[in-house]
Amino acid sequence: MRLELSDEQKMIREMAAEFSRNELAPAAAELDMTKNRTILKGHLKRMAELGLMTMNIPEEYGGSQVGVVASSLAMTEIARGCASTAVTMSVTNMVAEVILEFGTEEQKQRYIPRLASGEFPAGAFALTETQAGSDPASLKTSAVADGAFFVLNGSKIFITSAEYAGVFVVWALTQKAPLKGRGISAFLVEPGTPGLVVGKDEDKMGQRGSSTNELLFMDCRVPREQLLGNLHDGFRVALMELDGGRIGIASLSLGIGLAAMDFALNYATERIQFGQPVAGFQAIQSMLADGYMELEAARWLTLRAAWLKETGRPFTREASMAKLYASEAANRACFKAVQILGGYGYTREFPVERLARDVRITTLYEGTSEIQRLVIARQLLR
Amino acid sequence: MNFELTDEQQMVRDMARRFAEEQIKPVAAELDKNHQHPAEILEQMAEIKFLGIAVPEEYGGGGMDNVSYALAMIEISKACASTGVIMSVNNSLYCYPVMAYGNHEQKVKYLTPVASGQSLGCYGLTEAGAGSDPAAMRTTAIRDGDGWILNGEKKFITNGNVADYCVLAAVTEKGMGYKGISTFVVNLKETPGFSVGVVEEKMGILASGTAELIFEEARLPGDALLGNEGQGFKQMLSTLDGGRIGIAAQALGIGRAVLEDALAYAKEREQFGQTIANFQMIQWKLADIAMELDASELLILRAAYHEDHHLPYEKEAAMAKCFASDAAMRAAVEGVQVLGGYGYINEYPMARHMRDAKICQIYEGTNEIMRLVIARNLLKGK
Repeated sequence: MRLELSDEQKMIREMAAEFSRNELAPAAAELDMTKNRTILKGHLKRMAELGLMTMNIPEEYGGSQVGVVASSLAMTEIARGCASTAVTMSVTNMVAEVILEFGTEEQKQRYIPRLASGEFPAGAFALTETQAGSDPASLKTSAVADGAFFVLNGSKIFITSAEYAGVFVVWALTQKAPLKGRGISAFLVEPGTPGLVVGKDEDKMGQRGSSTNELLFMDCRVPREQLLGNLHDGFRVALMELDGGRIGIASLSLGIGLAAMDFALNYATERIQFGQPVAGFQAIQSMLADGYMELEAARWLTLRAAWLKETGRPFTREASMAKLYASEAANRACFKAVQILGGYGYTREFPVERLARDVRITTLYEGTSEIQRLVIARQLLR
Repeated sequence: MNFELTDEQQMVRDMARRFAEEQIKPVAAELDKNHQHPAEILEQMAEIKFLGIAVPEEYGGGGMDNVSYALAMIEISKACASTGVIMSVNNSLYCYPVMAYGNHEQKVKYLTPVASGQSLGCYGLTEAGAGSDPAAMRTTAIRDGDGWILNGEKKFITNGNVADYCVLAAVTEKGMGYKGISTFVVNLKETPGFSVGVVEEKMGILASGTAELIFEEARLPGDALLGNEGQGFKQMLSTLDGGRIGIAAQALGIGRAVLEDALAYAKEREQFGQTIANFQMIQWKLADIAMELDASELLILRAAYHEDHHLPYEKEAAMAKCFASDAAMRAAVEGVQVLGGYGYINEYPMARHMRDAKICQIYEGTNEIMRLVIARNLLKGK
């Protein structure tokens, strides 16, 4: 047992922390206000250079192969600086991993190095539809075989990074009236494919620097070779990748929560009321203690899940626990941070209101808290 | 980073688990009902060195690390929280300070009998007017020849009515506040002027005796002082840090009993034509309980690991104790709820779990004090 980071893990965390502190944090407010894609893409290019976009990918494909624990640590540091950038990193890593796991050699060679190098600013994961969120098996986008192609028809919604993704993983029905969950296949689709339209960015509460778009498929012809994994086996692909994605979102949530608490802690030592810094009051101390304590619990649940995945052990339940706990703890932490700042916490002059807006999505995407509870309970009741 | 237990740690855990299931669990309800001190169980625990588990073998102990101690505490407490606290006080609040602050002769004389389990130890700190504020204590130890004369009353002392030995805090220099407190080790049977006062009737941990210790002109011999005069407060803080890990483990054990019982019940109980385990509200409770218990375990192991590796653990122990006890109480309340009316009936152990869990939020440092300790560390930049 060794509940300490290795030197390499510390080094990667430090590298990400420095980048986050020096380059992401100073631009985060502007990115949130203006949604300036140039700023975001600048970040993504730098991150690719630092090896942060393909952290669990072998070097032969351009990945930095630092391991799941180190990538969790890095994600937390990136999220401390800018949640919008962090979610882009999380999804892009996940796309690279799904191609690594299920792709043909040709697919791996064609896409992974370009995600690693930053030639593709991002990858996108296109599963969700208007009628298929928590219930992805009821998706309706279809992919009909036609000679050397599959023809895709349908639409996707809430797709992170769709505007600047170099490759989409798209799930569609390849078998009519199948057993629930069967008959779905995954495809690799490139932007600019005729029949694929990327809709406008949603106007969101938070993580506004990250684009979230609709995708329309209108007789979109995708070469057969773009099938990812086995025909009709796509649902399993989706679920397996979401497991790992949960570790990324848990790590991201932790980062947002820590950023909020760190700001509040510092503010509390400076703000004077009733003749003393408010940090002297038990009510404030209690909030600080609770906020950090819960984030510590979140940190260790996340590191445990990351270690299990890294060492090839089962990690579904632990990843769900980490995502569920970290996202809810981070939400509570951001609420406390706004509260500790009082009225100032409600203004744009201080970052905590943005953090509270950014963190809200974490209990919703990549599996709502309710779904995480069902996943956990199902395992417990076996 | 490696979460895998060492072979020795696994062995201790497995041994504790087997012992608890086979020897303790079958009698726990009876012990509670009869408010009965578990003498026979403790004899058996002495044989497997659980009463001085981290004390070197040279002094009659098991020579194990603190992670192993925590793991054993969890298993014992899962079967019987009362047995758990008796074990915890013996190990953390008696054996630890004698080991840490005693000289070799004191260890041979006062540590070996307790670590080996021949006798039980207790910790005389709390008084009627000195709980969260131990510096307000009034028990005095006045120099007399080469010994001391002890006058005062200690309150709420676990094992107080069954212990032969006591680590006791007393004022050796009045008017000096906490700097005037010293720590003594007392052979209660050979101390004329000592008597046991009230043995409390409590809400829970009913098989654990909680008593007043009364000292009237009681004489302590020359070798009773642990360390130097005036060091008592610092010694106490350090002693309680380790005690907090023990209590955190006790709380987690109770929580694990809650989860096991709630899962078993939910899988059997049918209403509306199906087992209640199928209902989402029940699944929600079970998932949350499991998640918080896992987080508790990680915080506990982390704190124990820090202690074993001579890393700072004051904040970590406080977090573990606060989190685990709050989580156990939440779990127990929801556990009763899962059982419905049967959760309120003493025939089922769930009611006992709830009665037992409450004290974990209070003793060895109330959770309010834990939050102050955590906040103090945070504000110091730790």
